[in-house]
Amino acid sequence: MSDSTLILNAVAIERALTRIAHEIAERNESSKEVVMIGIQRGGVPLAIRLGSILSDIWDQTVPTASLDVSMHRDDLDRRFAPNVQPTDIPFDVNGKIVVLVDDVLFSGRTIRAALDALNDFGRPQCIQLAVLVDRGHRELPIKADFVGKNVPTSPSENVHVRLREMGGGEDQVVVEKAKPVME
Amino acid sequence: MKTRHDKAAVEARSSPRKTEAVKPLVQQNDAAAPPKWHRKHLLDIESLTPEEIITVLDTARAFKAVGERTIKKVPALRGKTVVNLFVEPSTRTRISFELAEQRLSADIINFTAEASSLKKGETLKDTARNLEALNAGFIIIRHSASGAPHFLARVLEASVINAGDGAHEHPTQALLDVFTIREKKGKIEGLNVTILGDILYSRVARSNIWALTKLGAKVTLCGPSTLVPRVFEQMGCRVTYNVEDAIRDADIINLLRIQHERQRKSMFPSLGEYASLFGLNKARLEKTKPDALIMHPGPINRGVEIDSDIADCGRSLILEQVTNGLAVRMAVLFLVNGGRGPQEVS
Repeated sequence: MSDSTLILNAVAIERALTRIAHEIAERNESSKEVVMIGIQRGGVPLAIRLGSILSDIWDQTVPTASLDVSMHRDDLDRRFAPNVQPTDIPFDVNGKIVVLVDDVLFSGRTIRAALDALNDFGRPQCIQLAVLVDRGHRELPIKADFVGKNVPTSPSENVHVRLREMGGGEDQVVVEKAKPVME
Repeated sequence: MKTRHDKAAVEARSSPRKTEAVKPLVQQNDAAAPPKWHRKHLLDIESLTPEEIITVLDTARAFKAVGERTIKKVPALRGKTVVNLFVEPSTRTRISFELAEQRLSADIINFTAEASSLKKGETLKDTARNLEALNAGFIIIRHSASGAPHFLARVLEASVINAGDGAHEHPTQALLDVFTIREKKGKIEGLNVTILGDILYSRVARSNIWALTKLGAKVTLCGPSTLVPRVFEQMGCRVTYNVEDAIRDADIINLLRIQHERQRKSMFPSLGEYASLFGLNKARLEKTKPDALIMHPGPINRGVEIDSDIADCGRSLILEQVTNGLAVRMAVLFLVNGGRGPQEVS
């Protein structure tokens, strides 16, 4: 439908991730401490891909993990219970440089929850944030360190990141107009 | 030209190589999919769909992982108050619920019948409404009367979780049992599960039968004929009074305690006779499949329904059931907490 606009295709997503990986490498000279933690669910395949590109750049394996933030959300009593995904952090985060990875940065509430959730696992040396799409409309003082693409949106629009790892067919990012609200 | 180069890069990246170890992380159910649990209460297993049961089991898996961390606490129920209203005595279920609530950061009121106004003649409804007046959001109820949780769910605003009502149901026990079976066997569908012992008075048996048959297991019931009426065949179970026949092809043997406290008259001659006819001992265990596993909801009567050395052997899942019970109860509390508003937040 014409209500859906393609923002990034597969090639553009790959290019954005490659650029982000190089920015991460540039920012963090002590590559041994860097770990990637993807936020369930869209952030996880992106973290794995970024980790893979960084592993090539540094010629060493970059540890990758997944983090689910459902239990730390601030809206749990205002919605149906979210589908909880596994959190799997197979390394000690103490002293590490954690790069949190998510697909879309919107209100910032997911990132706040992720910071809380991560706190229970230890005290990283620092935490950086990488997102594929920043769509604006922040409700908290949170800013990404690495951004694939800034996409101006209206709050009622939806941004969908489709990734092949999640059974979404070809990689793409689309913006969809929200269905008209009956007044 | 540049595009073609990028395309090659994409294809090169999609080869598993360094990402292989972490691949299972993304093969999960869809978080973006609409939430699958819309219930405010957990009153029984009978009314749950197979999908709802699976949702509890999947959620419990995530909560089990929380219990393996250094910090075993999450803030999901922070600021919420949970009342443990145990009108009938209970140790392990109450402790399990209590710890689950603490790990979810809830505030807890413990309420036992012996030390309460129920002894002074207050009705259950009045007791519960008084507790609700303290802004309790959740009531966990154990009661000797079947249907007590359903009654409370009708008269209260709070979420009600059934922690065992008479001989009716004990839903969290059944959920932790199927969670344990699924974890060990990788599936429920097609498994042979034998429930052995006091079926007639057992809410654990009823809830287990519902959960297991909904998920496609084949359930066999066995015990003294006075305690295993044929009427259970209507629930889709096989009934047999021959213990060797019951356990021969079983993948799981779930032993139930003889509930002396619920039996109005003697249902079998003696505990010694029960042990010799139906107790699980070494000789009987040797005739089962080598990978058959043993479960028991506890408390166990060593030497009656199970021999002491079997209760402690490697095929016994009794203590794992206790660990899993905590995760399942955290999951249930987490899910019913959400089952209130349709407001979706992105």
